[in-house]
Order: sequence, then C-alpha cells, then structure tokens
Amino acid sequence: MSTWSLALRNLLRNRRRSLTTLLAMVVGLVAILLFGGYRSNIIYGTQTGFVQQTGHLQIQRRGYFLDGGDNPTAYGIADYPRLLERIRQDPVLAPMLAIATPTLQLGGIAGNFAAGVSRSVMATGLIPEDRNRMMEWNDLGVVSYARPLPLAGAPGDTVVIGTGVARKLRLCALLDAPDCQPASPPATPDGTALPDDIAALSSLEKAGPAPGAGHRIEMLAATARGAPNVASLNVIQASNMGIKALDDVYMAMHLTQAQRLIFGAGTPQVTAILIQLHHTGQIPAAREHLGRLLAEDFKEADLEILDFDTLNPIYRQTNEFMDSMFSFIALLIGVIVLFTIGNTMSTAVVERTTEIGTLRAMGLRRAGIRRLFVCEALLLGAAGSALGVLCAVLIAYAINHSGWSWTPPGYSYAYLILVRVGEDPGLLIGSVAGMLSVTLLSAWWPARRAARLVIVDALRHA
Amino acid sequence: MHPVSLRQVGKTYRLGSVDVPALSDITLDIHQGAFTVLAGPSGSGKTTLLNLIGCIDTPDQGEITVAGQQVQSMPDDALSDFRARHIGFIFQNFNLIPVLSARENVEYPLALAGVAAGERRRRVDALLDAVELSDRQRNLPAQLSGGQRQRVAIARALATAPRLVLADEPTANLDSHTGAAIIALMRRLQREEDVSFVFSSHDPQVHAEADEIIFIRDGRITGIEAGRNTAGGRP
Ligand SMILES: Nc1ncnc2c1ncn2[C@@H]1O[C@H](COP(=O)(O)OP(=O)(O)OP(=O)(O)O)[C@@H](O)[C@H]1O
Ligand SMILES: [Mg+2]
Repeated sequence: MSTWSLALRNLLRNRRRSLTTLLAMVVGLVAILLFGGYRSNIIYGTQTGFVQQTGHLQIQRRGYFLDGGDNPTAYGIADYPRLLERIRQDPVLAPMLAIATPTLQLGGIAGNFAAGVSRSVMATGLIPEDRNRMMEWNDLGVVSYARPLPLAGAPGDTVVIGTGVARKLRLCALLDAPDCQPASPPATPDGTALPDDIAALSSLEKAGPAPGAGHRIEMLAATARGAPNVASLNVIQASNMGIKALDDVYMAMHLTQAQRLIFGAGTPQVTAILIQLHHTGQIPAAREHLGRLLAEDFKEADLEILDFDTLNPIYRQTNEFMDSMFSFIALLIGVIVLFTIGNTMSTAVVERTTEIGTLRAMGLRRAGIRRLFVCEALLLGAAGSALGVLCAVLIAYAINHSGWSWTPPGYSYAYLILVRVGEDPGLLIGSVAGMLSVTLLSAWWPARRAARLVIVDALRHA
Repeated sequence: MHPVSLRQVGKTYRLGSVDVPALSDITLDIHQGAFTVLAGPSGSGKTTLLNLIGCIDTPDQGEITVAGQQVQSMPDDALSDFRARHIGFIFQNFNLIPVLSARENVEYPLALAGVAAGERRRRVDALLDAVELSDRQRNLPAQLSGGQRQRVAIARALATAPRLVLADEPTANLDSHTGAAIIALMRRLQREEDVSFVFSSHDPQVHAEADEIIFIRDGRITGIEAGRNTAGGRP
C-alpha cells in the first residue's frame, strides 16, 4: 500500500481520464521523437556529405579561402608533396587520418568549340582514387548517396562536368533531357567562334583524333605566368550537382591535368590539402597537432588550417535551423502536455477533496498529500513516456522501411525519409527527461493546492 | 489525567464582514475510557467542537490539551503525527479510501504510523474479526453496504489503538436498525480497547448508550449530564 500503488489505483479508477491524458502525452512524445529522429538523420546526413566532399580539415595558403577564389597561382602550395608525406608519416596524425589528398581549384572557360559554345567553369583537379575513398566515409551510419567519380582509372584527359555545363555546351548525349538542343554542325568546320591563336593552341594540345569525339571539349585557362593555355578534355559524365549555381560551373578533372593547365612545365602546385579523419570528434586534436607541425616545419609556406565548420558554414546553419525548429515544436508540445496533465491533476484534486481531508485527519502530512499527486502524475508521465517511445520506435521502423523519399532543397536526387529514434539515445533520454520534467511541473501546483487544503473545509466538501 | 481538556476555548468564523461565533468559552474535560456524546440542535457547534478536539482545526482563544499535550499552537507536521498516533476519526459519510479494500483501509493508519508488516497483519485481522468483516476484507468500499462501511471505518479508527476516537454523527446515514448495531459495536470496542469516544449525535439511541452527555446551544455548553447507561463508564 505504498504511495505508488495508491497512485496507480487512483489512475486506474479514472481510466478514461488517465487514457486521454496518456494519449496526449504519447502523441506529443511521438511527434517530438519522430521530428527529432528526422532532424538527427538530416544533420548526420549533411555532415557525412560534407565530410565526404571537403574532408574534416583543409590546409590552404593563408587568405586563399576568403580572397583566393579562382586564383590558384597566387595561393599555390608548391611544397605539397613533402607536406603530404609529413602528414601521412606523423605518428600522432596517422592513426586519426583516413585520407590526406591534394586538390587544385581553377577557373577557366570550357568550350565545345565544334558547336560554337562556351562557358566559364570552376574546375577541381583531384586524385579520383582518393576522392572515391573519401566518399566511403560513413562514421555516422547514414544511407549515403555519394556516387564514385568515374574518373578513377580513366585516362588523364577525362573530366566530369555538371549537367548545367553539359547543357550549355550542348553535350546532349550525356543528358537525359529531351529538350536539349544538340550541337548543330557549325557553320564553318573550323569553328569561327574561336580566336585563331587559341584554336591553334588547342590543336597543338590535341594528340590525334579523340575517341568519342562528340564529348570532347576544350578548357581554356590562364597559366601561372598569365598566358592562356588550352587543354582538350574528354567528358565522360555529366552529374547533377543539385545546387544550380554549382551545377552550371562544375568540372572535375585529374590533378595532373589541372596542374599541367596552370603550371605547364613548371613546379606543380595545389591550392589545398584535404584531410579526412576517421571521426569528426577528432578534429580538435588533429587540428592542434597539425598546427604545431605546420609551425615547426612549414613556417615559410604561410599556411592555415580550416576546419569543417569554416569550410561548410551551411552545415552549422542547417544545424541551427533544425535545432530551432525542434525547440519550437518541443516547446509547443511541452506546453500542451503541461496543461493537459495540469488539468487532469487539478480535476483529480477537486474530486478527491474529501479524501484529502480524511487522509490529513488520519495524520498524513502535507508532504504526503503532495507526494501522492506527484506520484500519480509521474506514473502517468512514465507510462506516457514508455508508450510514446515504443510507438515512436515502431512508427520510425515503419517509416524507415516504407521507402518514402523526398528531395531536400539543394539536392538533385530524392532522399529516403529516415528517422533515427532508436539509434539516438541522447534524443530518447532527453525527450523522456523533458516529458517527466513537464509532468512534474504540471503536477506541482495541483499537488501543492491539495496539500494546503484546510482540513475541515475539505471534510465539509460534499 | 483527562484525555481531553478545553479551557475557555472560542472559535469564530468570519463570513465576509460578519463574525459568526461558532463556539465561545468552552471549558470541558473528557473522561478517560468514557463514551461521551455532544448533543445540541443543528448549527449549535458540535462539529466545530469535535474538529478542535480532533486537532484538525485551531481555536481562536483558549487552550486545548489532548493526551497531555497542548495542541493549539503545534506546527502542522507535528500535529499530523500527533493525530496519527493519538486520534481516530469516524465520519458521517464513512470516508473510506475508495481505491483501497476494506482490509487496506483498516491497515492504512498502521502503515502511516510505521507499524511493521507482521504486527500490522495481526492487528488488522483482530479488528476485522471484531467488526465481523473478515469475509468481506477484499471488498472495495463501493462493494459494501453502509453499515459494513461504517464498521470498516470503526476498525480503521481503532487501528493504531488511539487514546481518543471522535465520531461526527456516525449513524446519521444509517437506518435505525443498522445504527443501533453500530452503536453497540462501538460501545463494545470502546470498552474492550479502553479508549475514550466522543460523538456528536441527534440520535436518541446514541444518547441512550452515553456515559456522559454534553449539551450545546449557540456555541455554549448548557449542561452536562451523566448518561443513563453509566455501568461501563468510569467518569
Ligand atoms: N466554515 C464555516 N464558515 C462559516 N461558518 C461556519 C463554518 N463552519 C461552521 N460554521 C458555523 O458555525 C456554527 C456551528 O456549526 P457546526 O457545523 O459546528 O454545527 P453542528 O452543531 O455540527 O450542526 P449540525 O448538527 O447541523 O451538524 C454554525 O452556525 C455554522 O453556520
Ligand atoms: Mg455537524
């Protein structure tokens, strides 16, 4: 006959009311958990995507990130093979390191001169094998949609471009777009759109007739010395980059190709070294050690380390956005549950006024009365939490196996709708603790009122 | 020593700006082991007086001594503990805890007083036996008749072997036949347990059993009479 069993019996006595209150809590908790699970999934998914693309840390020349833009020559890292070697061999960094890979960012003009069209592009020179390994990073266990670059193992002149670039360059065969207008045979076979000197450069670069000539383009860029340089490239794929602004300028090529374009026969350089760690949580340690290493051995190179948050401000913004939505929903539901339980408990106190008077007369202290109602509310809260968690986990399972999908803003493909409820102990514990706190809070006032009833008035209550 | 002594006790209710004197200048001793009845017309102050004696209400003037302790200025928690130890209550509407069985209702005050489980079991068995409800002990109050409920209430009031049992019109909600049986039961247990009973009642049957009758009118004692049945009392 403990307070708990008394509380339980009182709850069971008012089955309908208890069930209604329970239902409100369950619905509230399910909503919070499902949204929270969805939010976790988005955040983890976003983080995974960025880690796969940019790594956790990047080493760049100081100022390149903010001011360098498409000027690789002013911000090149010449000493990068030694730096890479040093990072890979470092006894502290090596165990944390998944991949360290160089990259060269450059701007230029891509032209399908055969069709008389061109557009400016932002090209990334990269090591495809490294990048493809980076895309395998999945420390957070999300469904990854990253597709490997087809450049791995492909000849040095192959490139991948954004569909926007492909469209502009009329490479319709690479697109699944019926309204794309393929390149009509140019008015003059030599391509009058091209200035003579560049056409000449282009033909120099061309090593005989290219295979898949329909996908050949030319890339025009400024060399380190400011002279124009042209490379003939073979487009093997057009990928949708999701964000149109990026899709319209994207090009990925082999690092060696990019370096030849910019530095010609000179010392090849890169604009950044991408460092991918095994775990995101290792960033501070790795960063600190790397900073020391740079200061010791590469002082004259004037390098800086950019971390994940700086490289991807949108990640933090996404986080903050999701957090604020989550907080808003949680607050809303908390208030609703607060009033529902508060109302239930208040009604119970009024109904049981005589009983309260009787218990007090028999010698139960005020605190005992308070405990009785608080226990009742806590039992409701615990039952609501347990049921809510169970329902949320079941619904999450159903959703995760339903194959529902949507295309988030900035994505080019549909994303499976996944909610991480059972896999997120922080969310579960936090929500349940929140629910119990709200329960306690809402029961406190009615319980206090019950405890403060004047005994003789309570006994007179009909 | 008297289980209850009141000295110049007064109690005034305030209704808006009007003072309603419910009790004035009550000086009174309740005798140990007696069956005392408060008699008086409706509104005369019987319930108010019982509440003061039962330490669930506080006087505006005067001193109240229960079981040798001055109670009028005790803090609330101490007073609660004091009631749990020394005072049993029987109510007109029985006031059993609806979610507890007959047995658990009797056991409740023992649990509250911290009596060990084994001792509790023995005491409850004896009391249920005494009020002849052993075969109904699993029933909830709603599954009992009025008379049965009041018997459970009597057993509950006696559970902790208090010095004093207070009953405000315990037979008012019972038919006269059942009422008579309840009075007889209370009388028997009062003698067996050697406890002081104080009643308020309009019921002539109750008056007939009294050791002492205290007459109240308009909040004042108008007379004290030895009851007709003084055989069992020790005034
Ligand atoms: N809470 C209260 N507020 C105001 N006046 C009250 C209150 N309780 C009792 N009174 C008044 O005090 C007086 C005594 O009331 P009390 O209930 O003690 O009478 P009683 O003798 O028990 O009557 P009855 O036989 O009808 O039960 C009455 O005049 C009543 O109106
Ligand atoms: Mg009365």
